[in-house]
Amino acid sequence: MHKLRTTLSHLYMGAFLIYLIIPLVIMAGAAFNDSKLPSIVPWRGWTLRWFHDLFQDERMWTALFNTMVVALAVAVISIIIGTASAILINSISGRIRTVIYGLMISTILIPGAVIGISTLLMWNKIGVPPGLHLSVLGQVSYIAAMVMLLVLARLQTFDGALEEAALDLGASHGQVMRRILLPHLYPAIGAGGAVAFFQSIENFNVTQFTRGGADTLTVYVFSRVRSGITPTINALALIMITITLMAAVWYELSRRRKERIMLAGMSRDED
Amino acid sequence: MQDLIRRYGAGLTGLMVLLVAFWLLMLVIIPNITLFESSFRPYLPVVEMGGPRDVYSVNNYMKVFDGSVETTILGMTFMVPVHIRTFFLTIWYSVTVTLACFVLAYPIAFYLAKIANPKSVPTLLLLLFVPLWVSEVLRAFAWWIILALKGPLNSLLLSLSLIDKPVRWITDYDAVLIGLVYTYILFMLFPIYNAISSLDTNQIEAAEDLGASRWRIHWRIVLPHSKPGIASGAVMVFMLSAGSLLVPSILGSTTSQWFTQTIQQWMNDALDWNTASAYAFLLLFLCTAFVSLVMWIFRVKLSDIAK
Repeated sequence: MHKLRTTLSHLYMGAFLIYLIIPLVIMAGAAFNDSKLPSIVPWRGWTLRWFHDLFQDERMWTALFNTMVVALAVAVISIIIGTASAILINSISGRIRTVIYGLMISTILIPGAVIGISTLLMWNKIGVPPGLHLSVLGQVSYIAAMVMLLVLARLQTFDGALEEAALDLGASHGQVMRRILLPHLYPAIGAGGAVAFFQSIENFNVTQFTRGGADTLTVYVFSRVRSGITPTINALALIMITITLMAAVWYELSRRRKERIMLAGMSRDED
Repeated sequence: MQDLIRRYGAGLTGLMVLLVAFWLLMLVIIPNITLFESSFRPYLPVVEMGGPRDVYSVNNYMKVFDGSVETTILGMTFMVPVHIRTFFLTIWYSVTVTLACFVLAYPIAFYLAKIANPKSVPTLLLLLFVPLWVSEVLRAFAWWIILALKGPLNSLLLSLSLIDKPVRWITDYDAVLIGLVYTYILFMLFPIYNAISSLDTNQIEAAEDLGASRWRIHWRIVLPHSKPGIASGAVMVFMLSAGSLLVPSILGSTTSQWFTQTIQQWMNDALDWNTASAYAFLLLFLCTAFVSLVMWIFRVKLSDIAK
């Protein structure tokens, strides 16, 4: 009986993985189908022309460029604001901490449409026209909170006595920050930057309301899906999934290598 | 605060306070106040702004009561204003999506935390993460392909003789629900997995030794322990679903309308930013109220959610 249950749970896990991955495979497969409509049935033979069409599409290249610029800006600003917020939150306590922390966290839950419209309205009122710069600000308003959470978690393992020691030995305030606190936070800041970058690429709701006339990749894909779709979008999807997979495999391999080094180190200790 | 100044000096502390103030005031609080203020103003041509007709009123909010449609609830037919109907359907279907995500994800979370070989868990997690990194628009698009009338799902079912004519999947809200569950299920899975991981396996074994049934172990030990994770996942999935614009736009049919789509129509089609503000505020306010109510019922705090 116990055995059967375990087998069933393995099967369910397998089915769940298939459920997650099959749609992506089907979407990627349709990129090679020589059919005007994006699908894998009926199969009309292999072709690479959708990739060719994609690379010819000026609008896609502009959208890609815009996406990268926005994502980079969002990552940099979110890292700065998120790290500062984490350090600040970590050093205050009591009711004021609860209020400010709650306010910061709640930004993650605000619907993107609300963030987009409110950002547009406020900046429009003080004379800033819509455009991707507003998309950056709108995205930072909640992505900074994600960076803050990651950095805050890392701060819990920080030993404040190190800073005391540095100050006693005559370090300047800037040196304490740059040489002691920030190096400890770098892993979290790096992870935060990656999260911010990916979140920004994904974002649609905030961008849709603030972008003015400019395209980002998500907006471009969306407008292609709504109007006159051809499998060029599948070609783009395949490229994006491939990049994602390569990043994932690279991450997994480096993790395994680290594990092996750790194990090797331990077995040497035992000798 | 004193401690910060002692460690990093007045200059750096001041800079950090300024950065946080910029974030919270300029990017969060003032935009939302502007949204709230605009929602009470009429939509006027530029020349009339600030003129005698530019007065506060609740007219924008009253627009939700315009234009009734016939709606059948539990066999009884009511006349319900169309936007109110859209709003309640959005909430109702978001709750459905949240429940479906929980039912599907809980066994996986338990499996990853307690049944799977610990050595293979990182690889499994990585495989689960891959779809999360693929953008939402592409995930919705993938289902648009699968669910098409002449798409792969119908051909598969036809060739297996499970159906004798193609099923129209993209009808009413059906495809929207399928797409939302697929898009947001991982936001349910990971918090529950984290919560169950912190449960001491000895507790489960002790209950087994004392003769508790499988259901009882889950009901009395695993579920109560993973409550913060479940609450966190449920709040995330609910807010993401209710606020989603991509999935309902791509997978919606002619008879489905999501509240965010209504907001977008006021904003981008009618160009009436003031009514769009009123509707956006309604979405924010009622979703927050709903989530607070659920959190109060389950006795979880906001700080539990952001773990």
